[in-house]
Amino acid sequence: MSEHYPALLVILPLLASFFISAAGWLRPVYCFPLAVAALGSSLLVSLGVLGDVISGGPVSYWMGGWPPPWGIYYRVDYLNALVLAVVSAVGFVNLIAARPSVEKDFPEKAGPFYTLYVLFVTGLLGMVATGDAFNLYVLLEIAAITGYALIALGKGRAALSSLHYVFLGTIGACFYLLGVGYLYIITGSLNMEDIARLLPPLYDSKVVTVAFAILMVGVWLKMGFFPLHAWLPNAYTYAPSPVSSLVAPLMTKVMVYVMIRMVLTVFTVDFAFLVLRLNEVVVWLAVIAIVMGSLLALAEKDVKRMLTFIVVAEVGYMVGGFWLGNQAGFTGAVLHILNDALMTLCLFLAVGNIVHVKGDSRWESLPGLFRTMPWTMGALVVGALSIIGVPPTCGFFSKWYLLLGAIQGGHYGFLLALLFSSLVSVVLFFRIFEIGFFEPFGASHGSAHGEGGPAIQEAPLGMLVPLWMTALGLILVGLYTGEIVGRVIRHAVPGMML
Amino acid sequence: MLVSLGVVPILISSRNANVREAWTFGAAGLKFLIILSMLPTVLEGRELVCTVVEVLPGVALRLRVDALGMLFALVASSLWIITSAYSIGYMRGLDEHSQTRYFCFFALALSATIGAAFSANLFTLYLFYEMLSFATYPLVTHHQDAEARRSGRKYLLYIVGTSIGLVLPAMVISYHLSGTLEFSGQGFLPRSTSPILLGVLLFMFLFGFAKAAIMPLHAWLPAAMVAPTPVSALLHAVAVVKVGVFSILRILTGVFGLDLLASLHLGTAVAYVAAFTIIVASLIALTQNEMKRLLAFSTIGQLSYIVLGAALLSPKGLMGGMVHIAMHAFGKITLFFCAGAIYVATGKKYISEMVGIGKRMPVTMAAFFIGALSIIGIPPGGGFLSKWYLVLGALQADQFPLLLVILVSSLLNAAYFIPIVYRAFFVGSQETNFPDTVSEAPIFCVAPLALTALISLALFFYPQPFLDLAQLAVQALLGETGK
Repeated sequence: MSEHYPALLVILPLLASFFISAAGWLRPVYCFPLAVAALGSSLLVSLGVLGDVISGGPVSYWMGGWPPPWGIYYRVDYLNALVLAVVSAVGFVNLIAARPSVEKDFPEKAGPFYTLYVLFVTGLLGMVATGDAFNLYVLLEIAAITGYALIALGKGRAALSSLHYVFLGTIGACFYLLGVGYLYIITGSLNMEDIARLLPPLYDSKVVTVAFAILMVGVWLKMGFFPLHAWLPNAYTYAPSPVSSLVAPLMTKVMVYVMIRMVLTVFTVDFAFLVLRLNEVVVWLAVIAIVMGSLLALAEKDVKRMLTFIVVAEVGYMVGGFWLGNQAGFTGAVLHILNDALMTLCLFLAVGNIVHVKGDSRWESLPGLFRTMPWTMGALVVGALSIIGVPPTCGFFSKWYLLLGAIQGGHYGFLLALLFSSLVSVVLFFRIFEIGFFEPFGASHGSAHGEGGPAIQEAPLGMLVPLWMTALGLILVGLYTGEIVGRVIRHAVPGMML
Repeated sequence: MLVSLGVVPILISSRNANVREAWTFGAAGLKFLIILSMLPTVLEGRELVCTVVEVLPGVALRLRVDALGMLFALVASSLWIITSAYSIGYMRGLDEHSQTRYFCFFALALSATIGAAFSANLFTLYLFYEMLSFATYPLVTHHQDAEARRSGRKYLLYIVGTSIGLVLPAMVISYHLSGTLEFSGQGFLPRSTSPILLGVLLFMFLFGFAKAAIMPLHAWLPAAMVAPTPVSALLHAVAVVKVGVFSILRILTGVFGLDLLASLHLGTAVAYVAAFTIIVASLIALTQNEMKRLLAFSTIGQLSYIVLGAALLSPKGLMGGMVHIAMHAFGKITLFFCAGAIYVATGKKYISEMVGIGKRMPVTMAAFFIGALSIIGIPPGGGFLSKWYLVLGALQADQFPLLLVILVSSLLNAAYFIPIVYRAFFVGSQETNFPDTVSEAPIFCVAPLALTALISLALFFYPQPFLDLAQLAVQALLGETGK
């Protein structure tokens, strides 16, 4: 059984999405349980794979028994085992939290919503598990198209934002495909390991260089790497809350994984770091991304929109950490994939709760929230502390590794950018807390005896429990950083960086 | 080992609403007893170590009870009990809102303080330092009005801004240099590091721990006085600021090591920064009219005594600095309690309005007098002893300018405290602002301040536990360096 895990991981939710779609026509009440069952089993399977990888090393799987380079080939090593677990866990937890707002905001579309939701997660899981460059493109499009549809479920400018995202996302995917096409022309293979075997004699070829450049631009566009982020803020802001809290934590992180995978496995570290010598340039781009993401976030007066710019800055963390090209930087980048997915999930879930109760998340809706929604705001504080990088939340530890990487690599620009962004995060979040805590002025003073003040108006328990699971997860993951790095990430570090 | 247990009951109890005062006392008492129970072991010269989890290679979340940490923890936890009593009197006396939140974060802040006291490495210290910063924010801004918001901003800007902007990178650089963050008797930074880098690191740490309020990063402390008085008293005379100073002591002794500092003359540089702060803060204190702001500036000056003591790098100076943690804590908390008691009883905040108040509140003002004596360093105030050691330390280190600083500053302390006391008692009946009838603050306010005043006196006659602890800490440091 366990040797089929990599396939089950994708097949199970893929099949389930058909059933959910059917249930959407026949018995809409079954949609949610089916989706939970599908993603729950994916989560279990991905944890199983992670366990297998930790105990026995990387796992390979040939679809239908076709050997590479012809058949579809899945390969799970230390790097993507971790990302798979993150994707399935975030997908599952967010699904639980999604139910109340689906019922409130678009009950008639529950069937399509859950179908798209499960398909989206399927696409992401497939992208992470696959060892085939073209197969990755197919799954990328599955995730992207379902993503566009999910975002368009929102109100107001959601459709327009989604269209914007369609245009730019398609360009990104095309760039990726074009890059893979170049590689196919020159090597005749689509299997990642096979390409890597065939490439070294061709390193001097212009085609390879162009393929690399196009591919990277495509991937960067999809992950919203500044200045290719233009689609991201609107798409994530106007999407319905359960969609934002699914897409924002996962899509960018998975694309970061794809970038790392392409560099590590396809082009190899030697080519990217020694032949092209791009690393210095890319780290400076990351510095700009971090600084600009933080500054743009400062200008926003809507919590959700502010978070989207924080996502832009965080993408810079990961890209920069990876391209530092040393062990600490790499560890920081991979750890940040995990941590940032959890942090963004926590924050977007909290904002989702606020939107659920208040209608929107603009600053005008915030006054008095610490009194009326103490649990939601508590979790928001935990998430914020993690983004700021306060121990023992996990955000501190990935930042620690990134800082260490910056110092080891002698890249002080990156170091300063990280510190700057942490300080800006303090300002960003404490502005929100100030409004929630102090305003309306004096209202709380009048009722000196009344401990409660205005009655508590919390989000439903179904949203609070996943939120707090995530918030506690932030602290637990932080405390067990040593284990995660020692057992998983350390083995994923490519030899050259050691 | 038991320290981690000390934190748990407080976290549980802090959520309880109706019997929260009982819980607070219970938690405070229990914590004190736990710490007290470890005292004999420490006095025997042994250390207790408890590793929670290893988070980074070479860096664990680890607690270690040693003499210096013990001294600080003892002061903080014993004063917490007294402050709890005082808090009840003060908060009920003024009918404050959100008392549950207040007690809850109070307990959290204290746990963080004790955690910082018993931190075995820089990472753990940083963790508790940040925890304390964020736990005290709701306390500082308790009134939730525009002024509290402004002060809260200033507080966070200074405290968190420096800890992230300076301490965090300094910590990562130290880790990069040495591969560890564990405090050790000779410091863990490798001797081969370039002196310039060491100097930069030292000043990043020194100013990064802005809770120590070394000038020019002191402005948050007067601003934070908008907090309710018990918060100012315990947190801004004892816990928060002392955590800052304590962190600097740890940095000087555990990260750099005295030998390294002495060989590079960095100790002297730190000492002069501290000396500057002492004098300037005392001068500013002379000009203050609001009681709590005066006390805040006095605190800024007194904190730098402790840094100065350590920076002298002589055994007596170190001892003076450590003992001053305790002496100043008891003295200053008395003064803050008095300021709060006056506010509760009469609503007066300004010194100019307190003419003749000694007739109205004799107990409070007598306690104030004792506290002031201790801070100035006149026997029989406890502060005399620590100043004595500081002076000896300056002599030992052959630093006559610094000796002069200590003496001049004592005069300045006297200059801003004595007139308050004088005008409280010795004014004619036509000048006084108060009627002759004695009318004190509630008993919950007066008893604690009388108690801390008495302890301040008692510490002059029986300073043994603190002296022993400081002696042990100094021995541990110098024994290992082989002096």
